[in-house]
Amino acid sequence: MAKVTFITHDGAEHVVEAEFTSVMNAAIDNLVPGIDADCGGECSCATCHVYVDPQWMEAVGPPGEREEEMLDLNPEREANSRLSCQIAITDALDGLTVRVPEFQM
Amino acid sequence: MTEVLYENPDVLNQDPWQLPLEDLNPAQPELFAHDRYGDYFARLREQAPVHYCRDSAFGPYWSITKYLDIKYVNTHNELFSSEPNIVLQDQAEDFKLPMFIAMDPPKHDQQRKEVAAVAGPRNLAALEPTIRGRVCQILDSLPVGEQFDWVDRVSIELTTQMLATLFDFPFDERRKLTRWSDVATAAPMPGGIVESVEQRQSELRECLERFTQLWNERVNAAPGNDLVSMLAHGESTKNMHPMEYLGNLVLLIVGGNDTTRNSISGGVLALNQNPEQYRKLREQPELIPNMVSEMIRWQTPLAYMRRRVLEDTEVGGQTLRAGEKVAMWYVSGNRDPDMFDDPDAFRIDRPNARKHIAFGFGIHRCMGNRVAEMQLRVLWEEILKRFHTVEVVGEPVRVPSSFVKGYLKLPVVLHPV
Ligand code: HEM
Ligand code: FES
Repeated sequence: MAKVTFITHDGAEHVVEAEFTSVMNAAIDNLVPGIDADCGGECSCATCHVYVDPQWMEAVGPPGEREEEMLDLNPEREANSRLSCQIAITDALDGLTVRVPEFQM
Repeated sequence: MTEVLYENPDVLNQDPWQLPLEDLNPAQPELFAHDRYGDYFARLREQAPVHYCRDSAFGPYWSITKYLDIKYVNTHNELFSSEPNIVLQDQAEDFKLPMFIAMDPPKHDQQRKEVAAVAGPRNLAALEPTIRGRVCQILDSLPVGEQFDWVDRVSIELTTQMLATLFDFPFDERRKLTRWSDVATAAPMPGGIVESVEQRQSELRECLERFTQLWNERVNAAPGNDLVSMLAHGESTKNMHPMEYLGNLVLLIVGGNDTTRNSISGGVLALNQNPEQYRKLREQPELIPNMVSEMIRWQTPLAYMRRRVLEDTEVGGQTLRAGEKVAMWYVSGNRDPDMFDDPDAFRIDRPNARKHIAFGFGIHRCMGNRVAEMQLRVLWEEILKRFHTVEVVGEPVRVPSSFVKGYLKLPVVLHPV
């Protein structure tokens, strides 16, 4: 089990516990607002965009090639942007914090 | 993006379940004009989900009809190219309109990035009060208790005003945008929207001239938040060839016009065919955002997008050869029973309505999806405040095209709350 904290645009913190799933699914399963995930986790809609807490960037790692392609089209993309369906939750990510953007594209 | 019409009344007398499977050709305008395409796709999904049509007005082509296969093709742009065109018909060589919807990376990505922000949610949130004001004005000007055409008075008017806002186009000339959109997608034929190829080209040149004036005004001004200004100042768009400028304008005009227009009309029709859903909407207006997705799924305003196979590859056990044309039939994917429970039903609280494929997936996924959703949401919020029912009082007239799936006329009567 890993604990993941989502900070939504209004500043609210949503703490969820999850394992064997993606950060996107952890958010959807726990009704965290602000993540649409239209494509269901296949890296093809970019509506599960999150900003990874800079301290966690190294543990989470950079986006993959297809993910980069999708992120790159988003004008609100930052250096710490990731598509949350492409982040697998492992014990190493216990304590992870991500920010949910105000809008999904 | 044109699609030519071939009148063939026989088509309507054929039973798609009896035709030889290899002769099944869903890309026929008559089927869409008369709402008869459904069984073609039902049979293909069941018996030949990846199907080769040997002969059609557009030559041979593959049909992809299952949700997951469509998503696969749509997200593998290294195997399936959007060039040279995204409709089955190829463009006339002497009048090619280059636009990024029909480009592959890296050019596609560069051009899309220049204009994506205008239709992005941040810009839209700022535009919402303006849009709401315009929606209210349109709705308040409608006659109550007497018949009128919803397509003309609401669907076209609202989408045109929205486009004029996005382009910062002179407001009193806004119906020109509708005309250019119609012309760009029309098939030249006697009695049609344009009579000839020459007429089409000359009207589109007029469009280019008007927008070139706007470009010239804005290129020397400070960068603004409208599309013309973004194109004129954008690093990868400011040196565009005139035809490329025209192509991108047409893309944004057509992309934002027919599609939203037909979702607005289709939504009214869907609620009228499902009065229990209309009742539920009045009781639970908080369902509007989900209903908007369901309306877009139900209508699927663009029936398909076309791709070209880049190298021999397999989909659903079939071998597709380099160079062949592929139609990803969104209209079929959105009726796939393996994805959507009771797919023909219109349910405003359908749990996975947002998973519809009407916007496509992958790098070409619709750039205006949030614009469209916002317009529909605001429209229905304001309709519910004013009218108990928008009642459909006659048969809709449908667009004779297998690409643009929509309505030419929808007679309605308004009943106040
Ligand atoms: C309900 C309304 C709409 C529907 C169903 C729709 C559907 C689509 C589809 C299916 C695609 C192409 C996907 C592909 O080739 O893989 C697309 C692309 C596009 N749409 Fe929309 N659209 C809608 C509204 C809009 C609006 C309002 C705008 C403009 C403001 C717009 C602008 C575009 C653009 C620019 C593209 C090209 C994107 C690219 O190639 O990267 N669309 N749309
Ligand atoms: S859910 Fe679609 S890209 Fe992540």
